[in-house]
Amino acid sequence: MNIPENLSYTKSHEWVKFEEDGSVTVGLTDYAQSELGDLVFVNLPMVGDTFATGDTFADVESVKAVSDVYSPVTGTVAEVNEELADAPQTINEAPYDAWIARFDTITDQEDLLTAEEYAAFLETEQH
Amino acid sequence: MELKTPLYDCHVAAGGKIVPFAGYLLPVQYTGVIKEHMAVRTACGLFDVSHMGEFLIKGADALANVQNLFCNDFANMYDGQVRYSPMCNERGGIVDDVLIYKVNGEEYLLVVNAANRHKDADWVKAHLKGAATFEDISDSVAQLALQGPKAKEIAAKIVPAEGIPTKYYSFVKDVDVQGIKCLVSRTGYTGEFGYEFYCAAEEGPKLWNLLLEAGAEYGLIPCGLGARDTLRLEAAMPLYGHELTDDITPLEAGLDFFVKLGKDNFIGMDAILAKGDPKITRVGLKITGRGIAREHCDVYSGTEKIGVVTSGTHCPYLNAPVAMAMVPVAYAEVGTQLEVDVRGRRITAEVVPLPFYKRA
Repeated sequence: MNIPENLSYTKSHEWVKFEEDGSVTVGLTDYAQSELGDLVFVNLPMVGDTFATGDTFADVESVKAVSDVYSPVTGTVAEVNEELADAPQTINEAPYDAWIARFDTITDQEDLLTAEEYAAFLETEQH
Repeated sequence: MELKTPLYDCHVAAGGKIVPFAGYLLPVQYTGVIKEHMAVRTACGLFDVSHMGEFLIKGADALANVQNLFCNDFANMYDGQVRYSPMCNERGGIVDDVLIYKVNGEEYLLVVNAANRHKDADWVKAHLKGAATFEDISDSVAQLALQGPKAKEIAAKIVPAEGIPTKYYSFVKDVDVQGIKCLVSRTGYTGEFGYEFYCAAEEGPKLWNLLLEAGAEYGLIPCGLGARDTLRLEAAMPLYGHELTDDITPLEAGLDFFVKLGKDNFIGMDAILAKGDPKITRVGLKITGRGIAREHCDVYSGTEKIGVVTSGTHCPYLNAPVAMAMVPVAYAEVGTQLEVDVRGRRITAEVVPLPFYKRA
């Protein structure tokens, strides 16, 4: 399972990248995409939408099921990856390149896991 | 506690992602639902369907019992023929949908849904009459489905020519498949050409490996429950618990062809006749908005809630989201514009003819 060292993680399987300008980019982990299976649809938020930590800001659909994507921060959507609308399978193919949304104006964030902690968390999830 | 089919170790060895389904631990996928689905449409797929239930009805009154239990007519069948039929309760609702194999006039093999096995066994036993015996042989039978345009070539490699059923919905029994005694039928649940093999449970893994080996050169891959569901949905085959329930009549489910109201009698016939023309019906929906309609999503015409989605998914071959829904007949005409509530969001849908996919 691929878990890059330079990212932070949530227990709901989002990856979080802190950008230099203070914004954060969020996507789904390799584990999430492998559990969901082939993704066929992504419901994206709109630029300007605001979310609190733990809110659903997007959802992804695989052939079998729909799954929420949770916001790890309280903030405003600054940018969305529109390419996912036409190519949701990008999340399966390259989960750490297939970012879903970037948030700015961040006022709060949940406790995030390091790559090592997330790997340990997956161990407990699987057993 | 979930049961394992005789093929469980094969699934784990092949990297199957195991999930509980209808009381059994079965693979939902091996390599991916889309890849497996496309293999069946373009090459071939192998499914373990050993969770299905098998019953035998035997005796001088076997035919009379089958006629009484099922809506279809079995009087004119030849030995070695298969017929599909709903089995109804007294209210005309569907107890299960079943394949009936005529071994001979005094022996019928019934193949029932795994989730309904015990309900069906109780139902059949409670309604058995005259000189007939009932036996549930499910636990001693393994069932494999070989489905796809290459199934014929693959079967020809390991099944003797006289053991391959030529007509759709026919079967040959006591076929020697490389030393494994099988019943082979030209049946399936994918909308594609294919066969189903029944053998003794303990021979299941051997048959599985034999078929995979024979099919490798034709692109045969093992397929899981995920592809089984998307394939049957694309082919608009109803699934018990979704399109069919104890409260839906076969006419409402669009199974008119399998209900022979000219027969002397069958359980549920009076209720079906008394209900008259169905007021609701099963329709196909093409999702024209953005999203995927799933089971239980409400269907709207304008602001009025008119029905409910019974199955829905993204269909890999059509590469589009489709759904089946139960709606009043007034909204069933092809081209009718409707909306589906998908998690609080209304998306547009259009009534289209069923099936969504028909093999060329």
